[in-house]
Amino acid sequence: MEFKSKHLLGLENISKSDINILLKTAFSFKKVLERSIPKVPTLRGKTVVNLFFEPSTRTRFSFELAEKRLSADTVNFSASSSSVLKGETLKDTIRNIESMKIDLVVMRHSSPGASLYLSQCINAAVINAGDGAHEHPTQALLDMMTIQEKLGSIEGLNIIILGDIKHSRVCRSNIFGLQTMGAKVGVCGPGPLLPRDIEKMGVTVYPTVEDAIAEADVLNILRIQLERQKGGLFPSLREYRNLYGITKERITQAPKKLLIMHPGPINRGVEIDSEVADGEHSVILKQVTNGVAVRMAALYLLSGKEANKIIKESS
Amino acid sequence: MKLKSNLMDSKSISRTLKRLTHEILEKHYGVDNLVIIGIRNRGDILAKRIIESIRNIESHEVPLGMLDITLYRDDFRQSNETPVLQETDISFDISNKKIILIDDVLYTGRTIRAALDAIIDLGRPALIQLAVLVDRGHRELPIKADYVGRNIPTSKTEEIQVKLKEIDGEDSVWLIEP
Repeated sequence: MEFKSKHLLGLENISKSDINILLKTAFSFKKVLERSIPKVPTLRGKTVVNLFFEPSTRTRFSFELAEKRLSADTVNFSASSSSVLKGETLKDTIRNIESMKIDLVVMRHSSPGASLYLSQCINAAVINAGDGAHEHPTQALLDMMTIQEKLGSIEGLNIIILGDIKHSRVCRSNIFGLQTMGAKVGVCGPGPLLPRDIEKMGVTVYPTVEDAIAEADVLNILRIQLERQKGGLFPSLREYRNLYGITKERITQAPKKLLIMHPGPINRGVEIDSEVADGEHSVILKQVTNGVAVRMAALYLLSGKEANKIIKESS
Repeated sequence: MKLKSNLMDSKSISRTLKRLTHEILEKHYGVDNLVIIGIRNRGDILAKRIIESIRNIESHEVPLGMLDITLYRDDFRQSNETPVLQETDISFDISNKKIILIDDVLYTGRTIRAALDAIIDLGRPALIQLAVLVDRGHRELPIKADYVGRNIPTSKTEEIQVKLKEIDGEDSVWLIEP
């Protein structure tokens, strides 16, 4: 078993073996996090840059914590307080930061493909922390870790993603990753929020939320991105709740013991009711805990790769 | 790589482990507060056998811990591949315990240095002692084993390979020439 990926840009082109190593490593790190001293010296002397061109609280916090738990040095960059405002291009920003001798870059950017571009510009290993509506691999990995932890295996499960499929990078990464791991993936949401030809990704489209609940082992409920609702993609939040909101009444109809997931932040009373979000089926906070472990695994596995190259170049 | 000579067979390994067990029990006047921690990937198996041996002698079950030192290695930057992470499984509180650390081969001492750091991160034991099946010399750190199965002088180009039934299908210790 050897980890082959050099960057973590998305789950579309990553092998089942690499996903398995990532998840296995994450479970080991989860144990480290449960210790009285939840910190290991592994990445001592390594520098990680968190490049956040788009606002983020939990992903950024989770990455920072993962880096600190591994004893890496971290530098934070946010677009709102940097030279981006002075008109610097992405490439120049990256090259400048690279000149300061860094080992890993974690980047969130509003443009799909930004992290791929970054990985082609620099030598450091790149972790995509979300690029536009493209991918968000660590979120999907932590979802998969949570499913594996709760249900034992991902293979053969019916996992249904609900809500704003069109704008969701979390959804795309989940579809790729879950299919690689042998799960059946379904989606459900209002027509205007489903991308055209989504069936071509190999997913089942469920017309109503009741149909979805009748067949699901796991419901992954996406956030209704309120900031995108000015375009009138559905009539009102109230109507959305009536048709697609996950209420206690709806999940009691489920024939299987449902696992309720949500990447957060949740809009209580819109896509999910408080009773469900805080109820027995919900693993939403477990997802957050697992997020730190998954990110530690990604940092750990990719920093070794970078080391190889440095050694090769210097010898 | 060729096997140069067979240094220990199944019987001598078993006798040596019994002797080590007796030495440990003698030194500590029994099993009070004693815990055994094996370093993966073979020290943990030897640790299990020593625990079994203590059970036969004292009719007492000593707690077993397994330590993975990957995260504490000092050659992380130099290694050719990212080592696969295994779990550290120490399910008891190590505070004020007498820890006997078990490994198969003692060589540079760097593994033991890493293991000591890993243990200290888990708590403050009363003491830590080291038992190894083979000591082959060439220490790079001021580390010494308290209980040694066999002292085998080697040259730096040679290697010692310990094979154990549970992983390798047989019990033996080999000197290997590159």
